Amino acid sequence: MQSWLLIAGGLPLLALLTLPLVSLVLKTPPLAVLASLGDATTRQAIALSLRTSLLTVLVVVLFGTPLAYLLARKRLPGAPLLEVVLDLPTVLPPAVAGLALLMAFGRRGLLGAWLAGLGIQLPFTPLAVVMAQTFVAAPYYIKAAALGLSGVSYELEQAAALDGATPLETFRYVTLRLAWQGIVGGIALCWARALGEFGATIIFAGNLPGRTQTMPLAVYLGFELDLTRALTLAVILLAISFVILVAVRTILRGYSVESEP
Amino acid sequence: MSRQSATRWRAPVGDRALGGRPARLRRALRRGLAVLCLLAVGALAVACAAAGAAQSTNEPAARPAGPPGARTLTIFAAASLSESFGELGKQFETSHPDVRVSFNFAGSQQLRAQLADGARADVFASANVAEMNNAVAAGSVVSGTQQTFAHNRLIVIFPPDNPARIGSLADLARPGVKLDLADMTVPVGQYALDMLARMSQDPTYGPGFRAGALANVVSLEDSVKSVVAKVSLGEVDAGIVYATDVTGSPARRVGTLQVPDRFNQPATYPIAPLAHAPQPVLAQQFVDFVLSPAGQQVLAGYGFLPGR
Repeated sequence: MQSWLLIAGGLPLLALLTLPLVSLVLKTPPLAVLASLGDATTRQAIALSLRTSLLTVLVVVLFGTPLAYLLARKRLPGAPLLEVVLDLPTVLPPAVAGLALLMAFGRRGLLGAWLAGLGIQLPFTPLAVVMAQTFVAAPYYIKAAALGLSGVSYELEQAAALDGATPLETFRYVTLRLAWQGIVGGIALCWARALGEFGATIIFAGNLPGRTQTMPLAVYLGFELDLTRALTLAVILLAISFVILVAVRTILRGYSVESEP
Repeated sequence: MSRQSATRWRAPVGDRALGGRPARLRRALRRGLAVLCLLAVGALAVACAAAGAAQSTNEPAARPAGPPGARTLTIFAAASLSESFGELGKQFETSHPDVRVSFNFAGSQQLRAQLADGARADVFASANVAEMNNAVAAGSVVSGTQQTFAHNRLIVIFPPDNPARIGSLADLARPGVKLDLADMTVPVGQYALDMLARMSQDPTYGPGFRAGALANVVSLEDSVKSVVAKVSLGEVDAGIVYATDVTGSPARRVGTLQVPDRFNQPATYPIAPLAHAPQPVLAQQFVDFVLSPAGQQVLAGYGFLPGR
């Protein structure tokens, strides 16, 4: 009986979230989706989006896990400040993020000017797309992973060390096994955010089909040129995101029994 | 209570349970800091609101508060009209004291799409005939009510320090030059592509010119103003924009390169009152004002060519 009450209370918000997505699918002619998959620009946008977002996830997991571990253990005196710094990209508008990246890595940027002298140019490259996506998506992973890692009791790690495990072995066989769910959830959030990134990308990386035009950019410009093309791109993006999230949830549920301590 | 036994353990209650005086002090300090931060943000918000009320970009500073029935005129105009229409709006407000002019500046293609999706506005000024025709086809504009009010020309711009040493139009196709254009869905982007095609047909530049220039394009922006911004920031070596984008604002100091008339087909700007305008009378008055000698003079001051 109580769950009915809860559903009724949340229904307006649920409707706002689901109705637009359902409308998007219903208003897109299915044949048009298949036809647009044959279009080179669409395929380029999909391929670039997947390539850059996967690379972003790799970078974020590689460099973000140590930060997440740091946050989880809170041994550092500046931990609160680190938390705020890592929260900023989520609070800032993506356009601000793009502008900031330009000021740092643009041709006249703080670091960019020096790199330009070495012949390295960052803006308007696929690497710039990865950098923009990393900037906005990293905090999602770090926060989720930190939460997962903080759930692992420190005594367990100490016990493993006492039994002779190296720090790396401890992390791999004890900590990771127990923090698994938080980390995978963080990866899913990070990937989804990176896939949908638009504002920072168009300002820092620009928009060029084949090189820097990701799916969100293609949808934005396609919307003005041809509504059908934009709809098909939007539906494809929705489908990819849906599949990622469902897959992650299935994995998490499938392994939740195994990770019970 | 009667007897206090020093040896019997008593559970700490009240203040002692929460850590006693040092913890109380720490909590008070933290709470004070949080309150200070919130007050600072609140003060900032109030200051911004007050400054905004005293000096709105759309209203003259000393304008008395309008009567309760103050009307708003909403104008959708191409991004390239930002400065000129801003001034036209101010003049219109001066001659119509109870009217407040509100602008939406963006790429013409974006505005036309918004109107087709139901955005409420009174006037539409486009940077090309194609988007005005699209608006007519979508029912936003009644066919026959549109009139040409200005023409514009293209110009090549480069950053003030000219990093790629752009000296002539031929340099646009030189390998290694970073060129920024607007997307072909934006009027100025299509005009630029037409210009490059025309130059390719000229023996001076040769048939490979257009391909060479397009190979140099690093980005396709959604608005002409983004192209101007990236050039003036020095992120790209050159851009193709309207001649009117480099008049006026001192912040946009860029180098310019004229484009000969034979390659430079004038961009045609039509204006029309909208079919479902909330203020149809005001809309027609504004259109008439833009077409009047006074309005045309303002546009000429920003570098536009006359409508006729």
